[in-house]
Amino acid sequence: MVNLKINNIPVAVEEGTTILDAARKLNFRIPTLCYHPDLSIAGNCRVCVVEVKGARLLAAACATPVADGMEVMTNSEKVRSARKHVVELLLSEHNADCTKCIKNGKCELQELASEYRIGDHVFLDLVKEECKIADISSPAIAKDDSKCIRCQRCVRTCSELQNVNALAVIAKGDHQHIGTFLDKPMHEVVCTNCGQCINRCPTAALSERTYIDQVWDAINDPEKHVVVQTAPAVRIALGEELGFDPGVRVTGKMVAALRNLGFNSVLDTDFTADLTIMEEGTELLTRLKLALVDKKEDVALPMFTSCSPGWIKYIEHMYPTLLNNLSTCKSPQQMFGSLAKTYYPQKKGIDPKNIYSVSIMPCTAKKFECERPEMRDSGYQDVDVVLTTRELAMMIKQAGIDFMKLEDQKCDSLMGDSTGAAVIFGATGGVMEAAIRTAYEIVTGREIPFENLNITPVRGMEGVKEASLKIEGCVPDWSFLEGAELKVAIAHGLANAKILMDAVRDGKAAYHFIEVMACPGGCLGGGGQPIPTSLEIRQKRTEAIYAEDEGMPVRKSHENPEITQIYEEFLGKPLGHKSHELLHTHYKKRERY
Amino acid sequence: MSTKKVDIIFDAGCAIIDVLDKGLAMSKDEVINEIINSGLKGRGGAGFPTGLKWKFAASEQSDKKYIICNADEGEPGTFKDREILTKVPEKVFVGMALCSYAVGAEEGYIYLRGEYNYLLKDLQPKIDIFNNQMQQRGHKFIIKVKSGSGAYVCGEETSLMESMEGKRGEPRNKPPFPTVAGYNGKPTVINNVETLVYTTMIIRMGSNDFKALGTADSSGSKVFSVSGDTPNAGIFELELGMKLNEFVEEWGDGDTKAVQVGGASGHCVPRKNFDKTIIGFEGIPTGGSMMIFNSSRSMYNVLKNYLEFFVEESCGQCTPCRVGCQQLLKGIEAIKKGEKSPAYLEDLKKLAESMKIAAKCGLGQSVANPFISIADNFKEEIIY
Ligand SMILES: Cc1cc2nc3c(=O)[nH]c(=O)nc-3n(C[C@H](O)[C@H](O)[C@H](O)COP(=O)(O)O)c2cc1C
Ligand code: SF4
Ligand code: SF4
Ligand code: SF4
Ligand code: SF4
Ligand code: FES
Repeated sequence: MVNLKINNIPVAVEEGTTILDAARKLNFRIPTLCYHPDLSIAGNCRVCVVEVKGARLLAAACATPVADGMEVMTNSEKVRSARKHVVELLLSEHNADCTKCIKNGKCELQELASEYRIGDHVFLDLVKEECKIADISSPAIAKDDSKCIRCQRCVRTCSELQNVNALAVIAKGDHQHIGTFLDKPMHEVVCTNCGQCINRCPTAALSERTYIDQVWDAINDPEKHVVVQTAPAVRIALGEELGFDPGVRVTGKMVAALRNLGFNSVLDTDFTADLTIMEEGTELLTRLKLALVDKKEDVALPMFTSCSPGWIKYIEHMYPTLLNNLSTCKSPQQMFGSLAKTYYPQKKGIDPKNIYSVSIMPCTAKKFECERPEMRDSGYQDVDVVLTTRELAMMIKQAGIDFMKLEDQKCDSLMGDSTGAAVIFGATGGVMEAAIRTAYEIVTGREIPFENLNITPVRGMEGVKEASLKIEGCVPDWSFLEGAELKVAIAHGLANAKILMDAVRDGKAAYHFIEVMACPGGCLGGGGQPIPTSLEIRQKRTEAIYAEDEGMPVRKSHENPEITQIYEEFLGKPLGHKSHELLHTHYKKRERY
Repeated sequence: MSTKKVDIIFDAGCAIIDVLDKGLAMSKDEVINEIINSGLKGRGGAGFPTGLKWKFAASEQSDKKYIICNADEGEPGTFKDREILTKVPEKVFVGMALCSYAVGAEEGYIYLRGEYNYLLKDLQPKIDIFNNQMQQRGHKFIIKVKSGSGAYVCGEETSLMESMEGKRGEPRNKPPFPTVAGYNGKPTVINNVETLVYTTMIIRMGSNDFKALGTADSSGSKVFSVSGDTPNAGIFELELGMKLNEFVEEWGDGDTKAVQVGGASGHCVPRKNFDKTIIGFEGIPTGGSMMIFNSSRSMYNVLKNYLEFFVEESCGQCTPCRVGCQQLLKGIEAIKKGEKSPAYLEDLKKLAESMKIAAKCGLGQSVANPFISIADNFKEEIIY
């Protein structure tokens, strides 16, 4: 233990603790900007400087480990003056049009500016005119350099968590900025649209492209029948934007709010998550049969999940030789999209051209996905607009809805029923767990041998998880799997995906099935989810998701009554002709630069 | 009194390799203690006691340690390290080898300023010979050259290591210091070219003879690069601890108005303070650059040039330096044009004070040196 004093109060902390953490222990708040709990320490913004007795220089609290006998002052004259200068300097190169800004009220810089009462600018305005034109080439990510404070949180995110390295620090001195390869537009680089950088950007320099106005227009258009689907992770995080603590589930209130906003039909992506399990589970079993019984050599195993569009774009850029290993299943949102303009209008007697399909997603990559040319199998753009969890919260606020006071409501029927298996799609390992619950039962006719259906080995926040399951007592159709050991692996965050993909590429991974989610924690940590994010917050959301699962009356995808119904009335059977047409897709190789 | 010329660095009076043999015959502690006893402080600018640095690195347990010779020499108006590497490179090699022996390192790098790559034609064969000689002596140490990236900030030790590792040359947080976690995260001694030569010569002449030169705080001598308004520009080795007026008497053109001691990041001393200013660690330290200005110079232009240099050479990562440098430059321009009142200079000085204590590395921390010393001493030239 190390003994030191902070503002004259003695404290003992573990060796290696930073001054910042030691001060937090004593409830002294030291402001930070470049610091983020998910990332390595940069120590570049200098807003966290503190005075250490006897030292010539101020120390960056986030980057300086404590030492025995240290006497730290977090609020001395020198500290206040330097800190204020730092904030003033940042504002002097900042396009501070806060009232027009998407981060207004949620911006870390704005908060500091207000704390330090920085009104009249002392210093000269340095904002470059050419920076004021934001890069909106990407349908998902907007990059506005005039709001950038160069904290490099995005750069570290994209490299340390995602291993994509789409963003880098470019040039030096007054030309230093955050840019892409050759400063190309965001849409033309390796960016996966995962939005993780947005979640960690303290300002509005990186944000999602918003499409709220288009949705209001559609709702107000009497010709349009506006359907809305919400992904599983939205209901467990939306509350954070509307006054609840992390980990509070707001499923019923969310449905009520959506109805209140004027959507014609409030449906559930969970329904197509269940459908995904039927299609993807069958696809996996089929591939296994081809490999094990028919001894086909060109069967692409392990099979990879395909429901995370950030992951899809990543593999298209980085591991194009492994594209055949991807399941051909569309993501649940896109399955929903194509059914919303075929099955749904057919059953409801509506002209599909009048259907306007909105997705509420924890994800920014889905904004890109819905615009992929492959995603028009209904004859229209299957999903018209994707909004994030954050944008939905904004709409709820705009509509003046008192969210806290809403009575719980339920989704409409037809594509509104769901199961616990679908809900856990929002957590890392969830797709795997849902798939095993169903596949095991198809193959053996029995429920999985886990207490209360909870397959705990695939759960949790470890970057790469592995599990295996011995298959015994098969029903006759699947007897070829008798005694087989099903090996699976799970990765979340693309840097972890890279570990698995390198192993697969090098022939060092004997798995059958791999689940990859682009975002840390899975969709519950998605790029469209409430800000801030941290491991602690993601863990709370995870607990909420598993609680939601346990609370559902049906917890296996194949037991969703609407799933049985859609196969009987419309699709035929999993991997059947109609499924292929509407629910499956293909991928394309993309360049690395 | 006058300045005292010294001939240690370029003295060619002995077979240098004998000094290595002398060092290798001593114990490691003896070598380190000689350097500590000599009082030698780093000649690259920061002035850290060299012997202590070696001692820290020696006390680290690690499978690998490195020695780096900092030959980035980016300070405008400085060219002493080039001169040393051209004329007496073996003294640098021996310094590195002695250090490797003392701290237990097997690999050494000369980080050579990009513009000096042409030196390699002569330097590389000499390194090869030296590496051979080391092998013959059974001392496991090999010297390699890494070419610099061309940015001034890459002379800063941690930025230099980032650059050597193939990353963007941005200074790191300290601690950890290089002696604990330097190149590739391993204990590393980084010394300036000139510092390394002095270590060689201290082992040769004995620390007491070295210490007999200079003052208590600034022992020995140092190589100065003299430039500006002087009839006698060039490189001179002088005893430390001289008064600035003695220096100006010898090198000035009779009309000296100010001397910038230590290059762009150093202090500007006006004539009225020449007799009070000691050149050394107790007064104004310098990496070697002495720029002399006579009365024809506009100190506004001098300061503006320095600030332009910093605006361009800041790595840009930390707020005080990236934005502060621009504000200082634009600020004095605005005062000059009358767009800001003269009182704004006080705001800028306070900003410079903050940069001095809050910037992440020596570059941003030292901008206040020229800024405040010129703004204080030549206020009228800045304002009007
Ligand atoms: C911006 C900046 C540039 C520097 N450039 C050099 C350089 O070119 N050569 C050098 O030896 N030291 C340079 N230094 C100092 C080094 O960081 C380091 O202190 C020195 O190499 C240590 O060697 P010494 O103890 O022998 O002086 C620079 C420091 C800063 C902050
Ligand atoms: S990023 Fe923050 S400080 Fe900047 S304009 Fe937006 S709200 Fe204001
Ligand atoms: S969206 Fe994801 S991939 Fe794209 S720049 Fe941000 S972190 Fe990197
Ligand atoms: S874009 Fe955002 S996260 Fe990236 S450096 Fe700028 S302010 Fe920081
Ligand atoms: S002080 Fe300047 S050069 Fe040093 S880290 Fe900060 S921005 Fe980079
Ligand atoms: S938060 Fe510590 S330097 Fe930025």
